[in-house]
Amino acid sequence: MNANVTINWTDVGAAIEVAQQSARRVETVMGAIAVFRTVADEYYAVFDKCPHKGGPLSEGIVHGRAIACPLHNWSISLESGEALGADAGKGCTPTVPLRVEDGRILLGLNF
Amino acid sequence: MTIQKERIVIIGAGMAGGRIVEEILKRDDTRFDISIIGAEPCATYDRIQLSPVLAGEKTFEQIVTHSQDWYDGNGVKTHFGYWVQSIETAAKHVVLHDGQTIAYDKLILAMGSDPIRLPLPGSDLQGVVAFRDLIDVDAMTQAADRGGQAVVIGGGLLGLEAAYGLAKRGMKSTVIHLVDVLMERQLDEAAGRLLEKALLDRGVISVLNAQSEAIVGETHVEGLKLKDGRVIPASLLVMAVGIRPHVEPAKSSGLVVERGIVVDDQMRTSDPSIFAIGECAQHRGQCYGLVAPIWDMCRTLADVLTEKNIDNTYAGTQMATRLKVSGVDLYSAGQFSGGEGCEDIVFRDPGRGVYKRIVIKDDRLVGTVLFGEAADGGWYFDLMKKGEDIAPIRDTLIFGQAVTNALAGQDPSDAIAAWPDDTEVCGCNGVSKGQVVASICAGNDTLDKVRGHCKASASCGSCTGIVESLLKCTLGDSFKAQTGPKPVCKCTEHGHAHVRKAIIELELKTLPDVMQALKWTTPDGCASCRPALNYYLLCAWPREYKDDPRSRFVNERNHANIQKDGTYSVVPRMWGGLTSAKELRAIADVVDKFNLPMVKVTGGQRLDLFGVKKEDLPAVWADLNAAGMVSGHAYAKALRTVKTCVGSEWCRFGTQDSTGLGVKLEQATWGSYMPHKFKMAVSGCPRNCAEATIKDFGVVCVDSGYELHVGGNAGIHLRGTDLLTKVATEAEALEWGKAFVQLYREDAWYLERTAPWIERVGLQFVKDRLAEPEMRAALVARFLESQEVYQVDPWAEHAPKSEPAKVFSPLADLRDGAVQPEPAE
Repeated sequence: MNANVTINWTDVGAAIEVAQQSARRVETVMGAIAVFRTVADEYYAVFDKCPHKGGPLSEGIVHGRAIACPLHNWSISLESGEALGADAGKGCTPTVPLRVEDGRILLGLNF
Repeated sequence: MTIQKERIVIIGAGMAGGRIVEEILKRDDTRFDISIIGAEPCATYDRIQLSPVLAGEKTFEQIVTHSQDWYDGNGVKTHFGYWVQSIETAAKHVVLHDGQTIAYDKLILAMGSDPIRLPLPGSDLQGVVAFRDLIDVDAMTQAADRGGQAVVIGGGLLGLEAAYGLAKRGMKSTVIHLVDVLMERQLDEAAGRLLEKALLDRGVISVLNAQSEAIVGETHVEGLKLKDGRVIPASLLVMAVGIRPHVEPAKSSGLVVERGIVVDDQMRTSDPSIFAIGECAQHRGQCYGLVAPIWDMCRTLADVLTEKNIDNTYAGTQMATRLKVSGVDLYSAGQFSGGEGCEDIVFRDPGRGVYKRIVIKDDRLVGTVLFGEAADGGWYFDLMKKGEDIAPIRDTLIFGQAVTNALAGQDPSDAIAAWPDDTEVCGCNGVSKGQVVASICAGNDTLDKVRGHCKASASCGSCTGIVESLLKCTLGDSFKAQTGPKPVCKCTEHGHAHVRKAIIELELKTLPDVMQALKWTTPDGCASCRPALNYYLLCAWPREYKDDPRSRFVNERNHANIQKDGTYSVVPRMWGGLTSAKELRAIADVVDKFNLPMVKVTGGQRLDLFGVKKEDLPAVWADLNAAGMVSGHAYAKALRTVKTCVGSEWCRFGTQDSTGLGVKLEQATWGSYMPHKFKMAVSGCPRNCAEATIKDFGVVCVDSGYELHVGGNAGIHLRGTDLLTKVATEAEALEWGKAFVQLYREDAWYLERTAPWIERVGLQFVKDRLAEPEMRAALVARFLESQEVYQVDPWAEHAPKSEPAKVFSPLADLRDGAVQPEPAE
């Protein structure tokens, strides 16, 4: 119903299943995606892999619109996937289009 | 027969006394036979630093400038703890209070000053003190330990530092000031108001325009009555209304004395064999109460006495003031009250709490007041002292050195790098640029090391910025600046100590409350401050605060150690290193069932199971729980292991049951969260097989009891323990252990292990807190209260009993053949 020419919106679960300031994983054939909810109830999705050494971002501490990787504390923007602060410009995690409709989380996947 | 050396006797072993000895020896260390007499029973310390000692930011050991060993090593005879009864100028000797006489050829009076005690009714009550020497500081810290309310009379530099120190030690603190502006001799009204507010933020209330009438109380002070009838309750009353030069026994021996002992430009009194320096001296009609003039006087006098520069004269000193209240940046120098021909340049930024004012007369800088941003104080002071024509830089002067130099096309560090080597950097200690650079080149690559080595910026600190610039241009990028208390993280300007204190004093009980009250600059903090705040809150309010897993690192949230491939390792607790066939069987079954690739024996006498997938964690825990095992917290800033040797039950050398004590210690303390990981060990004899002397808390059993050691760790910087005390019984060892843990929990900063904590606060602080039976019992009581809440097995809480632990499994699995997303509720 929300079909788009290029993006296939996939329902991955209820929005309330992701707690504030935390993340849940969505397993896909392309690798795991981390779905985040910020303190301001904004939702974001990025691939669950830190550009530094592949750490699982979904296990990090969510602060503002950023996530601190649990392995070496890189800070990654949830909006752009770019590394922030001291590590800015050193790497980027692919982001995934996301929208919340009727309390459901939809990921824009093209696979 | 030996030739009698010329005898110099110094009365007063304070800052001036210690300094003149040093200056004389620096010029000629063989010519004189030197004796020094001091009324305080200790060697020379930096009196200015008593405020940080009172505030608990420094220890007494850290502020000693000339120790007994130093005097002994330099052949100086010391008479500490002696008063001088009289000076017999005709016979040229001084008489001490016990009757002994000391003959002199030259006598130097460095007797300092006395605090002024207001002649108020009740000023002889117990609990009324001055703020002048170490005895006063001791009395104040002891009073602070009992809590209650402190009232400080006098809103000058000393009074405010006293009030801040007492507030920091947990007292409700009020300053009573006669006029309507704090520090009115150094500050104008605008800066005074900002200071008032900054102090209020730090728990110090200012009562202005208030005249004291009487101190009320039966035997002990109970309050201060003001002229307007108000009574302010007080369990401690500090008089900090000023100082008066100490002139006895100079006056009764016939020297010319006005306010102070009158001296000429070479510090000579009316008796040509007698000199006076420091706060007891009156030079050109002026008595000084700050440190910079002392150093200048000492240099002049040493030049004259050693005849290195017999014509040297002292011409008076311009002075600058810097308030030593953590986080309050305040600097004042010269004249600021204006006057004929004076012009003001003022900069205000109320949002940031910044106020700067410079006073100019005839194109020369004559005064400055800086609040909120005082880094340029030293630069202004230098312009002022040199009397430089500021007309060419007038348009940018108020913005400070960096802006002024940048607009002139000059990098500020380049400007400093270009200074001639003999430019004085540190006025307090007379250190030139060349000496600072030489010190840095000799391997002193941090501010603290430079301070320790050549003393530059070690006294008032106003030249800190210049010393840092010199470090930067000498060392290049490898130098990292350090100023003031380090903020917790980039979200705040406050340091850990301030945050911990605010949580308790302002009764902040949630993370958002802390961030709101302390003006965090980010909406929900960051990965550095959130875990710290979460810990501080759960430590301060064990019953009321609800632990926030979202503010914990992954390991503490998932109760296992994340590995580089995203799997986890799991360590069950083995009490004191003991295990059983049943436990080992259960562990082996878990390894088989979950196909774990590796099992390792840890350094803490336990087993580590590697390669557990996140979604398997709850099931692994359930199986281990079923065999009676609980989480080993090998992943947490918490009690880790208690390593033991076999002790007297089996070992032929064992003196006590070290294994049994280890098990008891672990059972008492497991589950307690700490600022950092915490390891213990118990060795059954001094052979110390359990390596107790590199643990946070280590017990070494001996025939007569138990030696308790603290503050050790292996780690990047190996540190052996310090001996805390020795106790006779196992029960006492347990009590001290619990009390020590709680003191560490309450006092250390997050991510500070016991080793750096003890280096920071000093072993004596720890000993003082634990030696007092009542304080020790109170610490144990608070620890037990926390344990009632936190001594629970996190594994059992998360292990799947009724409901599957959802957060450990994916939200959805979109791979082929995978389960569909959970349906809406």
